[in-house]
Amino acid sequence: MATAVRHPQVSLLVRRSRPAQALNWIPFLTFAVLIGPVAAGLVGTLLPAFGYLPALGGTTLNWGPWRELAELPGIWTSARLSLVTGLATTAGSLGIVVAFCAGWQGTRWFRRAERLLAPLLSLPHVAVAFGIAFLVMPSGWILRMLSPWATGFHRPPDWLTVQDPEGISLIFGLIVKEVPFLLLMTVAAMGQADAQRSRTVALTLGYGPMTAWLKAVLPRVYPQIRLPVLAVLAYGVSVVDVAMVLGPTTPAPLAVRLVRLFNDPELSLRFVASAGACLQTLLVVAGIAIWCVGEKGLRHWGICWIVAGRRNRRDTAARVAAALMLALSSVAVVLAMLGMALWAFASSWRFPEVWPGELTLANWEQHRGGLGPVLVNTITVAAGATLAAVILAIGVLEQEARSGRRAWIVSGGGLYLPLVLPQVAFLFGAQILLMVAGLGANWPALTWMHLVFVFPYVFLSLSDPYRAWDERYQQTAGCLGATSLRTFFRIKLPMLLRPILTSAAIGFAVSVGLYLPTLLVGGGRYPTLTTEAVTLSSGGDPRLIGLYALLQMALPFLAFAVAALIIARRFRHRRGMQTS
Amino acid sequence: MGPWEIQDGLAFSAPTEPIPFSAPPRLCGENRPRCGSRWLAGLALLVLSGFAHATDPGWTAILDQARGQTVYWNAWAGDERNNRYLEWAADEVKRQFGVEVRHVKLADTAEAVSRVLAEKAAGQQDRGSVDLIWINGENFAAMKRQGLLFGPFTERLPNYRWVDTNNLPTLADFTIPVDGLEAPWGLGQFIFIHDQARLPHPPKNPGELLEWARKNPGRFAYPQPPNFLGTTLLKQLLLNLTTNRPALYAPATEPEFHAISEPLWQYLEALHPFLWRQARAFPVNGPAQIRLLSDGELDVALAFSSDAASSAILTGQLPETSRTFVFDGGMIANASFLAIPFNARAKEGAQVLVNFLLSPAAQARKQDPRILGGATVLDVSRLDPADRALFDPLPRGPATLSPQELGTPLPEPHPYWMERLEKEWQRRYGIRR
Repeated sequence: MATAVRHPQVSLLVRRSRPAQALNWIPFLTFAVLIGPVAAGLVGTLLPAFGYLPALGGTTLNWGPWRELAELPGIWTSARLSLVTGLATTAGSLGIVVAFCAGWQGTRWFRRAERLLAPLLSLPHVAVAFGIAFLVMPSGWILRMLSPWATGFHRPPDWLTVQDPEGISLIFGLIVKEVPFLLLMTVAAMGQADAQRSRTVALTLGYGPMTAWLKAVLPRVYPQIRLPVLAVLAYGVSVVDVAMVLGPTTPAPLAVRLVRLFNDPELSLRFVASAGACLQTLLVVAGIAIWCVGEKGLRHWGICWIVAGRRNRRDTAARVAAALMLALSSVAVVLAMLGMALWAFASSWRFPEVWPGELTLANWEQHRGGLGPVLVNTITVAAGATLAAVILAIGVLEQEARSGRRAWIVSGGGLYLPLVLPQVAFLFGAQILLMVAGLGANWPALTWMHLVFVFPYVFLSLSDPYRAWDERYQQTAGCLGATSLRTFFRIKLPMLLRPILTSAAIGFAVSVGLYLPTLLVGGGRYPTLTTEAVTLSSGGDPRLIGLYALLQMALPFLAFAVAALIIARRFRHRRGMQTS
Repeated sequence: MGPWEIQDGLAFSAPTEPIPFSAPPRLCGENRPRCGSRWLAGLALLVLSGFAHATDPGWTAILDQARGQTVYWNAWAGDERNNRYLEWAADEVKRQFGVEVRHVKLADTAEAVSRVLAEKAAGQQDRGSVDLIWINGENFAAMKRQGLLFGPFTERLPNYRWVDTNNLPTLADFTIPVDGLEAPWGLGQFIFIHDQARLPHPPKNPGELLEWARKNPGRFAYPQPPNFLGTTLLKQLLLNLTTNRPALYAPATEPEFHAISEPLWQYLEALHPFLWRQARAFPVNGPAQIRLLSDGELDVALAFSSDAASSAILTGQLPETSRTFVFDGGMIANASFLAIPFNARAKEGAQVLVNFLLSPAAQARKQDPRILGGATVLDVSRLDPADRALFDPLPRGPATLSPQELGTPLPEPHPYWMERLEKEWQRRYGIRR
C-alpha cells in the first residue's frame, strides 16, 4: 500500500479531485491588497512631486518642487548622510555576521549565540534606539559604571556621542539591531546550502576554519541572504524613528526632514516633501546600485582569492576578533534593554549612580490609565493584520502547492516591494489619498497598512516549512477517502501549526514596531506603543521612555510565548511533533 | 488700558509695573485633605453655575447637542503632569456633561494644524478629525490667516466672563488679535532653571550669561530652533540686546530684519564656541534639556512655565536644590489657547469642554503646583467669594519665583520674528560645514 501512494495514477486522481481552480484568485487578491496601497501611494507622491495636486491648488506638472527641494539648506548633506548610514549599517552588520559565521559555525558557541540572539530579533527598533542612547551618552550607563573611580568624572564630560553630525551613533545603533536579523537569516540559508559538509571538505583540504567557510560556504549562502541584506540597506537609508533618537540634527538625515516638511503647517511644503520622498527612493536605488557594484568587485576579487588557493591556517586572531565584535554588539543590545527596564522602575537615577536608588511601581501606577487604550490599539491592529497576513500567506502557498507552480506575485518579487521601498515614498501619498477619499483615520485603513508590512515577513518565515511539508500525507488521506478540504484542515494545518504560529508571532512583532505607517495613516487617533513612545519621548522623562520600551519588548515576547504555549499544549501527546 | 494690549497692533507700550498675576498665593503645604474637600465644593459650585445659565437658551441647546459627542482634543503631550490633568478634565466632562473626550497626543502642535489644512484642501468640510487644539503663536496665526477656525465662540461660553481681559494677554496672541476664535487656557512664562548647588549665582542678563559660559564651557545649551523654547531664547536675547524693541512687535522688511537682528547674531557667534558640544549638537527640546541638567551635563535649562522647576522637583526629575532664575528686566510671557477647527465634528462638545476648562474649579486645579502649576487666566478678584476661596490658599512651589521676582512679563513679538529668526538661525547654524 505504501508504494501505491506514489503510484502516478493515484496521485493524478487525488490531484484532480482538489478544487485547485477555486484558489486561483488568492494571488490576485493578495497582490491587490498589498500592492494596491503601495502603488496608489506612489502615484500620490509622484504627482505632487511634480506640482500636481488639485486639492492643494497644484494643477500643472512642473519642476517647481524639485527646485525648492534643491534650495533647502543642507539638503545634499542630509541625502549623503542617509546614503552613508544605509551603506555603513549594511556593511557593518553583514561583516560581523559573516565573520562570526565563518569563524564559529558548527561550534557550541555558535549555537549559543543563535539561541541568545533569536529573541533580540523581535525588539522594536525605537526601543533599542532609546536604550543605546542611554548607554552611550556622556551621562549614560557606560560612563556611570566607570565614574568616578576609573575616569575621575564627577560630572559627565562634554563629549559628542549621541546625535553626532556624522551619524556614527546612529550607524552603531542600527548595526547592533540588524546583526541578530542577518545572523538568523544566514543560519536559515546555511541549512539549504549544505554548509556543514562543504566546510568539512574545505577543512580536510587544509584550509583554516574561517577561510574554509568564506571560500566554500559564503558563495552559496550569500545569494540566499541577498534580499534581507538589501532590506537592511533600504531600511538604513530611509529610517525615521531610530534617526530621530540617535541621528544628527545639524542637519538630520533626509527621511527625518521629510516627515517634518510633511507636517509643516505651510501646506505648499507638501509638494517639496513629495519631491523629497522621490529623492529618498532614488537614494535607495543608488544605495542598492552601489552595493551591487561592490558585490561585483568583491566577487571578482573573491574568485581570484579562492582560485589562488592559499590556506590561511592561522586565523585564531581573526576568529577571536569576530567573536568579540558579535559579543560587543549583543551585549550592547542586552545592556540597552536592561537599562530601559531599570528606568521603568526607577524613581530617580542620576549621573554617576550606577543603579537607580530605589525600584518602585509608581511609574506604572501613574500611567495605568493611559495605557489601556494604547495597548488595545496595538494589540487589535497587530492581531488583525497578522491574522489577515497568515490567512493570505497560507492561501498563496496552498494555491502554489495545488497548482504546482509559484504565483507570479511571489516569483516577481512584488511581495518584497514594501520592504525595499522607503516608507515615506508611498505613505505620504497614501495619507493624502485617504483624505481625498474622505476615509481619514480608521481602524480598517490602519490595519490594512500594517498588513502591507506584516505580510512579507509572515510569508518569508512560513514559505519554507510550508513547501517542505510532505505531500504524501495528503495523498494518503485522499486514498482513505478524505476530501481535500478535510485533509487540509485535519492533517496539513495541524502539522504545520508550529511554523504558522511562529510566523504569526513574527508578524505581530513587526506590527508592534511600526512607527511611520501608524502615525501617518492612524492620524494620531490610533496611538500604539511605538507612536506613543516616540511622542512621549518629547517629554524627555526617561522613566516613561523606559516604561514604554519595556512594554514594546514585552508584547512581541508575549506573542512568541503564547505561540510556544499553544504548540506545547496541542502537541503534548504527539511526540513526533515536539521538535521540528 | 492694560499693559498687554498693543496699541494699533503696532506700537509697544512698555509695561510700567509688574503684572498682578492673580491673587498672591499663600502657602498651605501640608493641607491636602482640606484641599480635597475644596475640590468637591468647587465641583458643586460648577454644577450650580451650570444651573444658573440654564436660562440661556443658546447654551442649553449646545449642552444638549454636545451630549454623546466625542471630542478629539489635539494637545502636545510632552508633559506628563499636563497629560494627567487632561485625563482628569476628560473624566469630569464625561461625568458632568456626557461628552467623551480623547486626548490625541502630539509631539508638535503643527501636526494638527497641518492635518486640518490638508482636510480643508481635500474638501473635508464637516467631518474633520480634529475637534479642539491647544494652540498659540504662529500656529494660531496660520490657522486664522487661512480661515481654518470655527467661531467667534468665546463670548457665548458662560465661564468666559471670568477671564481677565484687562491685565493678561488674552485678547492678542503674539500680537495677533484673538477675535473670539480661541479661548485662553493658561499662561506661559519663559524662565531659566538652575541647580543652586552647582550654580549659586546665576547670570542676570545676556552679558553675564556670555561671561559665565566662557568660564564654564559646555554647560549651557538651548533646544535647537525651530523648537519653540530655542526660538523663545532667540527672541528673549534679541529683546534684551536690541535698542529698537518696538520694531519687534510688527513685521519688518528684509533690510530691517538684518539690521535689527544683527546684535543677536553677533552675540551667538561669541556664545556658540562655549555651548554644550560646541554647538555641534543641541538638546532636542526643553524636557530633554531638563534631563541633561539633572545628570549634570548642563547647568541651565529653559522652560515655559513659572512652575517648571517646582514641578520637576515634585516628579523627581530634578534634585531639590533646583531653582528658577530670570534676566533683569523681565522675560517673555504669553498665553496659550484652545481653538476649534472650522470642520470639527463635535463643535458643541468642544465648547462644553472649553467652558469646563475655564471654570474656577478647573482653573484652580490647574494652578495648584501639586497638580500642574502656572497662573490662571481668570480674574480671581471678580469671582464669587466661594470660587475665589479655591485660589486663595494655593501654595507656591519650592522653586517658583514670586510675581515680583519674575519681574515684568514681556509680550511676545509678532509671529514674523519667530518665523524669520528660525529661518535665519537654520541658515547660519542648522548645517555644520
